[in-house]
Amino acid sequence: MRNVFIFIRRYFNFLFFIIIQVFSLYMLFHYNKFHEAAFMDVAGEITGKISKQYNSVEYYFQLKKTNEQLLEENLRLRNKLKEDFLPTDTATELVLDSIRVDSLEIYRRYLYFPAKVINNSVTSQTNYLTISRGSNQGLSKDMAVVSPTGIIGTIVNVSPNMAIVMSILHRQSRVSASLLNSGETGSIEWDGEDPQVLTFRNIPRSAHPKIGDTVVTSRYSTFPPGQPIGTIVNMEQQGGSNFYVLKVKPSTNFFNIQFVYAVRNLQKEEQDALEKIANKQE
Amino acid sequence: MSDLLKNITRFIIFILFQVFILNKIPPLHQFITPYLYFLFILWLPFRIPRFSLTIVGFFFGLCFDFFTKTPGLHAAACTLIAYLRPFMINVLLSKEDAGFNYVDPAPSSMGWSSYSVYVLVLAFVHNVYLVFLEWLQFANFWYFLGKVIATTGVSFLLIMITDVLFYRKQKFRTNI
Repeated sequence: MRNVFIFIRRYFNFLFFIIIQVFSLYMLFHYNKFHEAAFMDVAGEITGKISKQYNSVEYYFQLKKTNEQLLEENLRLRNKLKEDFLPTDTATELVLDSIRVDSLEIYRRYLYFPAKVINNSVTSQTNYLTISRGSNQGLSKDMAVVSPTGIIGTIVNVSPNMAIVMSILHRQSRVSASLLNSGETGSIEWDGEDPQVLTFRNIPRSAHPKIGDTVVTSRYSTFPPGQPIGTIVNMEQQGGSNFYVLKVKPSTNFFNIQFVYAVRNLQKEEQDALEKIANKQE
Repeated sequence: MSDLLKNITRFIIFILFQVFILNKIPPLHQFITPYLYFLFILWLPFRIPRFSLTIVGFFFGLCFDFFTKTPGLHAAACTLIAYLRPFMINVLLSKEDAGFNYVDPAPSSMGWSSYSVYVLVLAFVHNVYLVFLEWLQFANFWYFLGKVIATTGVSFLLIMITDVLFYRKQKFRTNI
């Protein structure tokens, strides 16, 4: 027994070092469980406040680009107004649909919340954004986040006033996407190499994709369908397989995002509950 | 300025500099990540006990981790170099050497050659461990090797530039 104590005293520093190492590695590899723990929330609020201060300076330098992006988005939306189109028949009178879809919440599927990006990274293998809107302002985990120019990522963690978004530039992100032209569905991933290149898998050769084709979110993803992702810049055939591996240039410039929209799918609970029952029956 | 206050200031400045300046630089290549923040640990005074050094290293890494959302990754690497630092100093400076009579490890107290070896070895250890932990999650051997070499080179360059820019004159410590 005495020898044990002597041993511990002699190697105290080494043992202490090992304990700290084990603790760090435990935190790292149990991140998914760990980041829900209370103190990561508190730390998130503190680092978020510092980031907010920094962003108030950085934002000023990107005002021009942000304005241009918002203007472009407005242009796109204005071109979709009903008043811009002539009715197909000869009637000159515009008739509004009597079912007021917008005001009846049961018909609404997606609800958008604006948010300001206060921290953003593109340089690591696991990139996250911090946005200044949290559970007090209606955000929750697993909501999709889009920008005026394309998709951004998914919310992985919320604190009362901030939320952390896993960017699509993350090694573990996966988004269901489809070709705008033909509608074939595959999945978008990122290989961690270049923030300007995403990988688009599982597109059959029969789809005949071309370089320059637009890729949008599919109807099966957590994102609202038809959100732009990017354009195809390169095509490779997997040896012996019937599928293409496409390289996609994201339409969002991840280096200067300032405003995003968090999207709540109002029918998600219903869909999840129904799918759960179906899975149980198998 | 007292030693404690000086080191607290450094703690904050190194973290903020790494998070808001170096991490914001658009990547030149996927292998290159400019790491400078661990210089804080290399600049801690000689006389700090090994036990406190390990704790300081851990908390420094953990604070940085809260900004990058990777709890434990940098903390583990910082603890490792904080633990190995006294061994490195013992190898590079003998007990009778004049170097120990100064406060901090610096080129002016250790001499440029031993200081560069000290920086190079600890930067290498830090990056090997950091990239190794990242590599465990996304295995690719060439990625591992390339990133360790490139990142260590960039870190070494940045540390040397910092040391030339902020040349720290060391006071010779006497008993008087």
